[in-house]
Amino acid sequence: MGKTLAEKILSTKSRKDVSAGDIVIAPLDLVFMQDSTGPLTLRQFNEANLNTIHNPERTILFIDHSVPSPARELSNDHKFLRSFAKEKGVVLSDSGEGVGHQIVAESFAKPGDVVVGADSHTVTAGALGAFATGMGSTDVAIAIALGKTWLRVPETIKVVVNGRFAKGVYAKDLILHLIGQIGADGATYKALEFSGETVGMITMSERLTIANMAVEAGAKVGLFPADSVTQSYLESQGRGKQYIALHPDADATYESIIEINAAQLEPTVAKPHTVDNTATIKEVEGTRIEQVFIGTCTNGRLDDLRIAADILKGKKRHPRTRLVVAPASKKVLLAALAEGYITTLVEAGATIIPPGCAACLGVHQGVLGDRETCLSTANRNFKGRMGNPTAFIYLASPATAATTAIRGKISDPREVV
Amino acid sequence: MLRGKAFKFGDNISTDHIVPGRLLHLRSNLPELAKHVFEDTDPAFAQRVASGDFVVAGKNFGLGSSREHAPLIIKMSGISAVLTKSVARIFFRNAINVGLPVLICDTDKINDGDELEVDLKAGKINNLTNKAQLSFSRMPEVMLRILNEGGLIPYITKYGNFRVL
Ligand code: SF4
Repeated sequence: MGKTLAEKILSTKSRKDVSAGDIVIAPLDLVFMQDSTGPLTLRQFNEANLNTIHNPERTILFIDHSVPSPARELSNDHKFLRSFAKEKGVVLSDSGEGVGHQIVAESFAKPGDVVVGADSHTVTAGALGAFATGMGSTDVAIAIALGKTWLRVPETIKVVVNGRFAKGVYAKDLILHLIGQIGADGATYKALEFSGETVGMITMSERLTIANMAVEAGAKVGLFPADSVTQSYLESQGRGKQYIALHPDADATYESIIEINAAQLEPTVAKPHTVDNTATIKEVEGTRIEQVFIGTCTNGRLDDLRIAADILKGKKRHPRTRLVVAPASKKVLLAALAEGYITTLVEAGATIIPPGCAACLGVHQGVLGDRETCLSTANRNFKGRMGNPTAFIYLASPATAATTAIRGKISDPREVV
Repeated sequence: MLRGKAFKFGDNISTDHIVPGRLLHLRSNLPELAKHVFEDTDPAFAQRVASGDFVVAGKNFGLGSSREHAPLIIKMSGISAVLTKSVARIFFRNAINVGLPVLICDTDKINDGDELEVDLKAGKINNLTNKAQLSFSRMPEVMLRILNEGGLIPYITKYGNFRVL
């Protein structure tokens, strides 16, 4: 019987012929945690008395959520992570390196891998054809000790995307549109598998944006095939040798199939306070915005900063609207400096934040004031997400964000690109 | 048999609603963090909840971040089980891993403040206030075994490995 990408990867890894609904014990190629889930993970690991890390070189502690530390409690959490990393010889990605998911894409994940991370956006690595899924601290504590975990092989929803994006429309608009269509629980426990001609036309950066947000529809993984796009991306990161081609079988069984015509999509925005509360740009145009945030594991990559810089070049942010920009990783920051994007953004009035999660989760570096509105390129707009339960968060593409920063109100990027 | 009163919530209660990111600095101080459980959604929750009570929700409870602090502090507040129409995947695993039962049932028949009796073994919920009888679906065998040991750490401590097949 034909297999979906999820069935294929989990069959290979568990050395059994499995299909949707089966439970497997999967060996893990990569396990990671970050500074907001890591301390609990390590306390659970200590509590379980397992002592040894199964594969230290493939166990990563990311310090990315609150860097540099804004509070002494968090500084102490960071100290704990650093000393654990030193003692056990696991990989430490410290302050300044960037958001874990971006670094996993740049340097670690490869097609066919099974990856678990103590962070819901672990799904991002699905863009590279890795079965990557988020778990909580206790699951990850056991995963770093045993080097395996239990997984239910998910049913798969196939998302077939055809057509070319219109000018001013991006991968972010596609994934927001899809989540709006199926709802915040539309893919709960399931795999989303992307295919169609559009998938072959977009960059790895765009695939990462789409896979990243699979979890916003409840999905366990958001999978892309591994093809020439994957190969050139891996080559660009000096990892060409890690490429293998990976495609679903033509006769695989899908729970359902969703077809999207990319050419018909419009710039799309998620309105407060759920990601599936989507609207086309025309429905929300004109909403006053006090802060624009460009960054995160969803849209803080070089392509995103380039799109924003192209729009902001020679312009100024609206005097009423703050513009906060956080490159997703050190690599992205260095490239954006070399390309001059950072200069352009600073000249336009942006505050540049060091690589990391920054304002995304409401700890620091862009916490919103009472009843303020923010337009962000992140993936979540839950009440209180950016540190203030009375504030309002809109989610959109970097192009919509840059246009909005100039005009001080939600604006259609198609008018400027 | 569990017995307590219902704290009713709506659809799509995310882990940010249960424990927002702005409290990140308290995550290594669970007793302090637990004082803030559901603070942005029901500010009086932590004061009013009593040992044995239930969180009763609409659909897609626990969506969002993987922070296990969410089920942990719900459990620490005294809640004996979460009753919900549906539950997000990571929250579900986390809750079971820390020994907090999540029961999938039709929560429309439960109102805020109702007195409930839950029989975990028989899969039955008795609403003592409006006399409604509900049943909940059986959770996957692997999760049931972990829950029966009190969570994943006691499970692994006992067996040393996964025994799910
Ligand atoms: S950037 Fe935001 S969504 Fe991504 S890992 Fe950091 S906090 Fe989570």
